[in-house]
Amino acid sequence: MKKIRIGSGAGYAGDRLEPALDLMQNANLDYICFECLAERTIAMAQQEKMHQPDLGYNAMFTYRMERVLPLAMEKGVKVITNMGAANPEAALQKAYEIAQKQGIKKIKIAAVLGDQVLSLVQQTPDLKILESGAPLETLKEHIFSANAYLGVAPILAALEADADIIITGRVADPSLFLAPMIHAFGWDLTNYDLLGKGTLVGHLLECAGQLCGGYFADTQKKQVPKLEHLGFPYAEINAVGEGFVSKLEKSGGSVTTATCTEQLLYEIHDPAAYITPDCVADFSAVEFSPLANNKIAFSKATGKAATAFYKVSVGYKNGFIGEGQISYAGADCLERAKWAAQLVQQRIQSLHPQLLPLDIDYIGWNSVTPNPKKTSAPPTEVRLRVAGKTNTRAEAQHIANEVEALYTNGPAGGGGASKKLEALVSIASVLLPKDQIDVQLIFKEINT
Amino acid sequence: MRLGEIAHARSGDKGNISNISLIVYDSKDYALVAAKVTPAVVKAWFAGQVKGEVIRYELPQLGALNFVLFEALKGGVTCATSLDKHGKTLSSILLEMEI
Repeated sequence: MKKIRIGSGAGYAGDRLEPALDLMQNANLDYICFECLAERTIAMAQQEKMHQPDLGYNAMFTYRMERVLPLAMEKGVKVITNMGAANPEAALQKAYEIAQKQGIKKIKIAAVLGDQVLSLVQQTPDLKILESGAPLETLKEHIFSANAYLGVAPILAALEADADIIITGRVADPSLFLAPMIHAFGWDLTNYDLLGKGTLVGHLLECAGQLCGGYFADTQKKQVPKLEHLGFPYAEINAVGEGFVSKLEKSGGSVTTATCTEQLLYEIHDPAAYITPDCVADFSAVEFSPLANNKIAFSKATGKAATAFYKVSVGYKNGFIGEGQISYAGADCLERAKWAAQLVQQRIQSLHPQLLPLDIDYIGWNSVTPNPKKTSAPPTEVRLRVAGKTNTRAEAQHIANEVEALYTNGPAGGGGASKKLEALVSIASVLLPKDQIDVQLIFKEINT
Repeated sequence: MRLGEIAHARSGDKGNISNISLIVYDSKDYALVAAKVTPAVVKAWFAGQVKGEVIRYELPQLGALNFVLFEALKGGVTCATSLDKHGKTLSSILLEMEI
């Protein structure tokens, strides 16, 4: 039975490249997918494109492509990536220029357009924000981008046109991986059992190192070897959607039933209803079994028909965050930090009361732990963090400045103050009917 | 016993919703963990952090529970002013529970 191998080249926008090159070189891959778009990444990229129309694609795109293209052509590995972000067209041009410069004689590069649906969102009345149920209308003047999570269709079309490199904007993460399976095995787009099985593979691979012991390792029961050389995973799949996930033996990390189970449930709500643009995958009966060291078979995923909607991420400007931090040490450090926080709040109360309430955290005590144990020993050092959301940059600056001013005006021994201002870009999700969205493909080719 | 002695966990985020998988190392401990770590217990453990409901999905063949915590991330990664906007650390905090 025919089998294909798909590698995972990146788990987020800024991920390492060497493990991907290692897979391309040594894992006998047919395809490699680079998943580089978190929910907000594309909205930030839209902002970049507004200021610089030639940009808006992944910041590491050029660096990655200069190294990936020659290897892809040498080894015959097709590359699928959402690194096009807000500007797949400009990324296509950049990849073409890199191929030209490298003297590549034959290459076909495709870009997927059509996920940018801002005007459609603006023209559609009565859209509801999925997260809050509120009308999207309430954000109206702050909205600046909208990207639909496309499915496999445009990637499939590009593969059928024999593209070597396929660059997309927003596409659902598992769809990047599912498309080559459908292409290679001729799966019917309504065979939801197979699409569910393929979606499982995509879901396991999409976070790259997280399947191989990254975001997993600890110093107790979950020891992972050579984390400094953590490998990225690949999957081998056959025409009926069976197969295994693994990594290169020489790379660091480990692929076990435990790493697979953690990744299976990563960012999943109901395991029986994982909604993608291609199907509603059902992972509720999935099983993993070891075939060999670092080689885990998966089975029993399935799926149901897709919904009639695309999820759309709407980017909007959401004011600013002002933040200041300062450290205290010694016996009563937590008490001094609490006093410092009180001083900041009193100052803000009298000068800018509209900025209250503020987020107060004591790093080293309760900054990520909501309820520290009452029996915990007091810390020997603590770092006060004060943050607040504001309407204007100037207001955010006030918060940061009040923390810094503790240096000379606050309790004893405050050190290492830092300030941070952020123009906040937030995301609201809405649903749009699939039949309202047109997807296009464009190509650039060298054939000499 | 500390939950982390018999189980491991991973947290993820979608908007303002956190999910935490809880997976036993040894399948013989699944029944105990499933009995002790109920949605109500998890909600109480994260009191102050989780404002909405907690739903639990069970995958006994994997020795796994999946907790979905609504209104858990102070608005979520694109809105919150908190330090760990993704709630990545919540899995370790769950494992501190005594059962």
